[in-house]
Amino acid sequence: MNVLLPGPLDANPELSRWVDFPSVGKVTVLTGRVELGQGVLTAMAQIAADELDVALERITIRSGDTENAPNEGYTAGSQSIQFGGVALRQACADVRALFLEQAAKVLGCQPEELSVLDGAITRNGTSTGQDYWTLASAVDLSVKATGTGTRKPVVALKHIGASSPRLDLPQKIFGESAFIHDLRLDGMIHARVVRQPHRGASIGSIDEKAIRRAAKGSIEFVRNGNFLAILGDDESAIEAAGVAAVSHVAWQNVEAPTPMQQEANWLLQRPAIDRKFGAPDQGNPQGRERFEATYSRGYLAHASISPSCGLALYRNGKLTVWTHCQGVYPFRAALAKILKLEPASIIVRHLQGSGCYGHNGADDAAADAAIIAMQKPGTPIRVRWRREEEFIYEPKTPAMVVKVHALLNEAGKPVDWTQEIWSPTHNLRPGAGGNLLGAIALPEPPPEPPPNDVPEANGGGATRNAEPLYDIPAKRILHHLVTEAPVRTSALRGLGAMPNVFALECCIDELAERVGQDPVEYRLSITGDARARAVIEKVAAMAKWKADAPAGSGHGRGVAFARYKNRAAYSAVVVELSVDEDIRLHHIWCATDAGLVINPDGVINQLEGGVIQSASWVLKEQVRFDNGVASFDWATYPVLKFSEVPEIDIELINTKDEVPLGVGETTAGPTAAAIGNAVSHALGTRIRDLPLTRDRIMAALLTQ
Amino acid sequence: MGKKFDFSVNGQPVSVSLDNEETPLLNVLRNELGLMGTRFGCGLEQCGCCMALIEGSPEKCCTKPVWSVAGKRVVTIEGLGSAERPHPLQQAFLDEQAGQCGYCLTGILISAKALLDKNPKPSRAEIAQALDGNICRCGSHNRIMRAVEKAAAVMRQGTGR
Repeated sequence: MNVLLPGPLDANPELSRWVDFPSVGKVTVLTGRVELGQGVLTAMAQIAADELDVALERITIRSGDTENAPNEGYTAGSQSIQFGGVALRQACADVRALFLEQAAKVLGCQPEELSVLDGAITRNGTSTGQDYWTLASAVDLSVKATGTGTRKPVVALKHIGASSPRLDLPQKIFGESAFIHDLRLDGMIHARVVRQPHRGASIGSIDEKAIRRAAKGSIEFVRNGNFLAILGDDESAIEAAGVAAVSHVAWQNVEAPTPMQQEANWLLQRPAIDRKFGAPDQGNPQGRERFEATYSRGYLAHASISPSCGLALYRNGKLTVWTHCQGVYPFRAALAKILKLEPASIIVRHLQGSGCYGHNGADDAAADAAIIAMQKPGTPIRVRWRREEEFIYEPKTPAMVVKVHALLNEAGKPVDWTQEIWSPTHNLRPGAGGNLLGAIALPEPPPEPPPNDVPEANGGGATRNAEPLYDIPAKRILHHLVTEAPVRTSALRGLGAMPNVFALECCIDELAERVGQDPVEYRLSITGDARARAVIEKVAAMAKWKADAPAGSGHGRGVAFARYKNRAAYSAVVVELSVDEDIRLHHIWCATDAGLVINPDGVINQLEGGVIQSASWVLKEQVRFDNGVASFDWATYPVLKFSEVPEIDIELINTKDEVPLGVGETTAGPTAAAIGNAVSHALGTRIRDLPLTRDRIMAALLTQ
Repeated sequence: MGKKFDFSVNGQPVSVSLDNEETPLLNVLRNELGLMGTRFGCGLEQCGCCMALIEGSPEKCCTKPVWSVAGKRVVTIEGLGSAERPHPLQQAFLDEQAGQCGYCLTGILISAKALLDKNPKPSRAEIAQALDGNICRCGSHNRIMRAVEKAAAVMRQGTGR
């Protein structure tokens, strides 16, 4: 029988890649998805516990390891549960079926007569003396998954749907070694890299004496082309040397980004590849009213709380690398290329870093360690970036300009929608051809990657969520993939979804206002999708939404909705705030339909994190350029503080659906747009450019 | 062979020999004493990941030279409690599942401990203010503040206050 396997299982069909019974009473579950602080490993354990019928405590998770775990590409795009979890669930169901078959053989009965209770095989509720571990030697898990193992019906699930406590939180709360930063290898030395400002910049001179003086301890320089590193036993000395090197190494051919380039509008006049999707152009039909508005957002930083860290050891022709990057397999492939090694001679192991929210400096820091390790065979190398290094050199999420062109019918509802986007790429991950920073500094740097963005089949990069889910007869996207950016750009939580949803959901409010209709009513009037309607109605009820709240009073509320990628979870958000010189968030409500929920508290935690991060982006964040990246620490790149975080209420609906939908990024867009709409409601005038700074608020009030 | 610095960490006397008396306390804790719970976040005294209690006062120790703590009492997250004997704050953080990546949590727990030592019944606004020197990038703020409120209530009951 041929059954369609879930994608990741199809790519890694051997069951031993997913499940192992290493010793009596123990189960090892392997997953290609990695813990980024989103609680995914706890959810995976819950899935395995249900489908294997074992207690959660028996399960050990191994993840993100090129030696053992399955290759699931990247842990990104809110896809871990929706795809990876579904694959693991089927793998476990197949494993369980194989064991029941073997047990039936041993017991001389039919598999249907048997069931599993915490790993023990039972028949009519009584023990058979057999269990996973007695049978393990006779069951070959190196066979391919068939997809025929019967998954539990939703009503029979015990672990899935329960708010199991996070497996990784205790060690973080008790201050144990929990992060890659805490790994100490025998004989390990510390390293800092003196960063090449950008491709093509070359070292002019190095004032070694001054750097050694600053180090106040023994240090060593390692140089290969324009890749320069400082090594030593004493982390304090190499840190001081790393700081000093910034002003004591002179670079040639440096072109620093300028303040003009930091603004999204700079993109409008740049070379671009023009792409077009969707309905054929209808021109400008007679009698149709046209509405146009342009929205924008500046460059953002991931601003992970800890700078990136990587370790590497090259010994006996084998390279082992420890990293907190999101994809150990694609990273290994990229590393093999730059180091001219066979992928098979590299092992990449994931260890937890701080939250990354996308492609931060993790891959680059690990590559730094690997490049140095190749020059120091036998010595484990630990690279930890400096705070300023992370801010300046991490890939930024690109600035974007989004222009909406809408044609309206007599009732003021859109019948033709064009979302026109200007954006540099959202994907310079090493697996997508992006360069590892250290590699660019080597004597033979890899070529510039060709201009590219995330394919629309994978949700798109700049085009993500550019198509409204609303009932609009003709929708199209014009994408100007800007091929020149002042800084390296790559994936941050939601990619283009935040600016696109901000634009389209603000525009929907503007259209509602045009015809004097309440924004909730207006949305419902153009939404046939029952699940979309349900979250909009739910959040309106949660927030006690009233249609006739007075506008322009300094106090406002706004609503917005999106289904992430138009294929993951549905979220609707209401924001209540006040504005004087600054914006003060009072309360945010969110209703989400994520389908089958594995861990409700974990999902709420993720949704809430997305709300707060998005609020921080919208209110405070923009990477500034001034003779280089001028946002280089928490003073020059402030984020939302404890005293600025509003009350947040989140409710999940439809949690017992058959299919889980990804949630990690779904609230970013609706939160941004709901804040934009609430500010407009409070001020009586609209600000279409992010972030919503004091300057922009004052300017909007003056031009009113 | 280096200068000797004596101080106490979590109630135990420690003595470290270092060539450089400017070595940050954070590096001494992590690299000399193997106490990994105090985290490096910025090295600029901006983020609060490296908080420890020095003579009971919450301090950022990423730039604090080791000479400045000679003879003083240092309490780190490891001295707060353990999985076997959690501090009420740690128990409340577990109960509220207050954290995502968790990197900022140890510094936040130290700030919260210092707050509750001074003010056993803080308002939400006072908690927020006390934690404004700590950055959380994942958005666990509200859970964290709920956990601090909960711990405060538990501790007040425990002491009859």
